[in-house]
Order: sequence, then structure tokens, then C-alpha cells
Amino acid sequence: MKHLLILSGKGGTGKTTISSAFIKLSNAMAFADCDVEAPNLHLIMNNMGKEEVSDYYGLPKAEINSDICVSCGKCKDYCKFYAVKTENNRFNIAPFSCEGCGVCEVICPVSAITMKPKVSGELKLYKDSAVFSTATLKMGSGTSGKLVTEVKRQMSENAPKTDLAVIDGSPGIGCPVIASISGVDMVLIVAEPSVSGISDMERIIKTSNQFGVSTAVCINKYDTNLQNTKKIEQFCIDNNIICLGKVPFDKNAGKAINNGLSVVDIECNAGKEIKKLFLKVLAFLYRDNGGLIK
Amino acid sequence: MKIAVLSGKGGTGKTLVSVNLAAAASKSTYVDCDVEEPNGHLFFKPEKLKEKPVKVSIPSLDENLCSGCRKCVDFCKFNALAFINNKPMLFEEVCHSCGGCILFCPQKALSEKSKKVGKVEFGKAKDVNVITGIMNLGEASGIPIISEMFKSLKDKDELIILDCPPGSGCMAMESIKYADYCVLVAEPTLFGTHNLNMVYELVKIFNKPFGVVLNKCVEGENLSEEFCKGHSMPILESIPFDYELGGINSNGRIATFESNKYSVLFSKLLKKILKEVHI
Repeated sequence: MKHLLILSGKGGTGKTTISSAFIKLSNAMAFADCDVEAPNLHLIMNNMGKEEVSDYYGLPKAEINSDICVSCGKCKDYCKFYAVKTENNRFNIAPFSCEGCGVCEVICPVSAITMKPKVSGELKLYKDSAVFSTATLKMGSGTSGKLVTEVKRQMSENAPKTDLAVIDGSPGIGCPVIASISGVDMVLIVAEPSVSGISDMERIIKTSNQFGVSTAVCINKYDTNLQNTKKIEQFCIDNNIICLGKVPFDKNAGKAINNGLSVVDIECNAGKEIKKLFLKVLAFLYRDNGGLIK
Repeated sequence: MKIAVLSGKGGTGKTLVSVNLAAAASKSTYVDCDVEEPNGHLFFKPEKLKEKPVKVSIPSLDENLCSGCRKCVDFCKFNALAFINNKPMLFEEVCHSCGGCILFCPQKALSEKSKKVGKVEFGKAKDVNVITGIMNLGEASGIPIISEMFKSLKDKDELIILDCPPGSGCMAMESIKYADYCVLVAEPTLFGTHNLNMVYELVKIFNKPFGVVLNKCVEGENLSEEFCKGHSMPILESIPFDYELGGINSNGRIATFESNKYSVLFSKLLKKILKEVHI
């Protein structure tokens, strides 16, 4: 199974719009939403029946038993995350700051601190003939990288034997993005012709290259700024990166999504170009096989 | 006073709103907390005044002292240390710099070593102080860079605009921790509304006063507006979907300086926010 990951650096360039169209076009049997901090793919994948929900436990977080605590302050001295707070000489842990390293548990001379398991997200698995894995980070729990890894694991473990998995990624270049890149066969970057979009595209391409994954670019809403679109195409030529297609801005795309549909479910210009783009992505992904699936 | 601008979903217009609020004020400090993909400097094009590297501490091993007891590997909750050839090996990007391995090594074979993870640039554009955090490529966490920026802020800085990263995880949390007020920027789409709901939950958990700016509004259905009304969330402003604004913005120019219409809109928005904060 080949894994195609859609990323963008900048948010709002159209990752989910393009992912959902690719899922429809390929009739994908395995797909996932790795943007656990702002998941949206499930909103337009609504014919999948009832989901299986399971709790995701992140790292256990520290808790101080005030009956045992002698207020020596050692935990506060050693906590690098400023998570130990004092109020009237009583010590407690600020749960949003605690990263679960466990230093305080070991350093406490009277064993007043224990690490308590904490639900930090919700994994969802939709399973009929196809498998769709997604998750939502619990607000206030913080770290999302490990949850991204869980989303991908859940997809792989439940997927039927199939040729293509489509993974919708998250914006940025940090921990959740790095977690989503690991092990994929190709990253498709959805760029946007704005100065911000170009700057962010350059940073995500470099990040993706650092992890040695084949990377290609497409330009969404390309006609909103033709000059900047040219700059992106030139950047791709200068840096030996293939630009696989350009999708026009199309108000119908937004309308389709508001109705819970993907862009290729309706007749529109953006949809037409995404279909062409998809064929080129497949040809790139399966280039070792002459562009043929399998 | 610190005003955080956040959104959950990316690309809703956080930087547009942040940059223009800072520009609309007579004097302000703009802080780009989106250290993974900082963009505010592309608009302000500030004159660079100074630069500060951001470093974290990671463990360094003295192989002669290491007995191979693997206590450090067993302790590390982040799996940043692996036991290879009877010695711990560090995966730097995963290390959270908690210091536990160094602290608990019975042989004192581990010591602190500093590692650069990014930088903070300080600049000025007209009357706006522009502070930009930039994370090094390949790093997992930009939190040390955000903390460094907060350390540099002084109370005398009257109006501070925090341009937050997208999402609702640790990076967004770190950016709003010290905010006095949060501005949630939302798109009127199904996606926009869903993610608005998430950051709404987040600001409630942090107990922050907030208001909503609806961006890219078109005639007809506005799901985010309905959501706000249904939850009695204050709507501060509705910015229309406008090719002129899109053009100014995609070329890295500042609407407040270029268009009278937007100068009025953002000044009005700023006044409204300041009034809300002082209530």
C-alpha cells in the first residue's frame, strides 16, 4: 500500500478539499485525517456509518497528594516546565503545563507525587468496506504528535488490502507534521499564491526533504494571484521539484463543502482540474511502475 | 495588554487581523507566535534591530563514565533515548529537555549541552515593534521560542498583539497562556465553524475573555455566525470576502495602510476590542 500525505505548511490552502476529492476519485479503501488539532475530513465523509470511538491516553500527568506533601519545594525547583504552582504554601500541578516527564515523581522525597493516566484525545474509526481513521485532541491536553501516530496506526491495522491510502495532514512543520510524514511514500504540498503561502511552502518542502520523502507541489486558487503563481512555478523549477497541477479559485468548492460534499461530487472548474491533478499524482506516486497502480 | 489572535483552522485570517490591528494602533508590539510558519514579517518588512538565538539543554554522554545501566533510557517518557550497543543514544528532536536523564544517572555520565532550536528577531516598522520567532526546520517543538519571546516583553509595552499558530494544541496553548483577551478569527464555512468550536472550548478552559471576527463573509448562509449566535458569543466584526483585500494581502501589503475602507474597519475593531478588555 502506498501512502500519500497532503501537507501545506500554511493553513487554509485546501488540504482537506484536495484530500477529500482524491479519496472520492480513487475510491480509497484507507484514509485518515491527521490534523487532530482541527480535524475536518469527517465532515464531508458522511456515508461511513457509525464510528467506533476509543479514548486516547497521552502521557500520564503528575498529581500531588496534599496529605503526604511536606511542601519542601523540590518538585518546583526541578520542573523545567513551570508546572508546579504554590498557593498558601500548598503545592499543586498546573495540568496544562505538565508535560508528563516524571522528574517530580522521582525527586519527591516523601513520594507524594504520582503520574496519573489522562485521556488526551478521542480516536475514531469508521469501518465499512473502506476504513477511515481520525481523532480529536482533547482541548487543553497539548501534545498532538503521538495522537497523529495513533491515527496512522489505527488506519494501517484496520485497512483492507489496498493500493492507496490518502492522509490529510495538518498545517505547520512541527511535531504533528513530522509524525505524519514518517513512513509515507509521497508528500503532496498544496501551495497558495500569496507571499505567506510561498514562504510557508518553502519551509515545508525543506522539512519534507530533510526526512527524505518524495515531494511534489500543486497550486490551489492559482488565479487569485498570477504573479505569485509564477513565482511558485519558478521556485519549483529552480529547486528541482515537480509542480503537478494548478487548481483555480472556485466559489462552488466552498458551497459543495458547506453541503457536506467534496468538490468532485459537483460539476465545477476546480473539480475538473483536481481530476487532472489526481491522475498526475498517481503517475508520480507509481512512477517506478511506469505510472501504473500496482 | 496582550491580545491573542487565534483560529483553530489555518488560513482564516489570523495574520491579516493581527497585522492590521497592530498597524491600526498608534503604537504597538506585534509578536509572531506561529514560529513554525511565521508570516507577519513579510507584511511589516521590519528593519532588523537585533537577533537572539534560542537554545535548549539536551543531554550529552561521556562514554567513559557510562556503565550501560540504562536508567536514563528507562526513565525517558518521550522515548528520546534508545539503548543501542549497550549505550544510550539520543534522538535530539524528540527530547523535551526535562533534565531527568542527567539528574538520575548514577554514574553522572550525562551532562547538559545546549542546542539551538531557533531564533527571535526584533525589528521595527514605523511605530510597530515586530518580534518574530523562527523555529529551525526539523525541530518538533517551538515552545522554547514562544517562551523566549514572552520573556522579552515588558509591561510598559501597552498594546501587544499575539499572532498565534493554527490548531488547538500545545503551541496555541502556550501562545494564549498570558493573553488578556482572545480574538477568534473564523471562516463562515462548515470547516471554519467546526474549528471555531474547538478554540471556543480552548479559551473557555483557559478562562479568557474573547470575541469573534468573522472573515471572508459572503452573502447568504454563514454557519459560523449562526454558531456564535447560538452560543451567545460576541461578534466583533464581519469582514467581507473581497478581491481587493485578498489582492492586497496576498501581495504582502497591509490593508490598513493601503485602503481607507480597511483603515476605518480595523481602527474600529481595535477600539471595540480595547473597550471589551477594559470592561
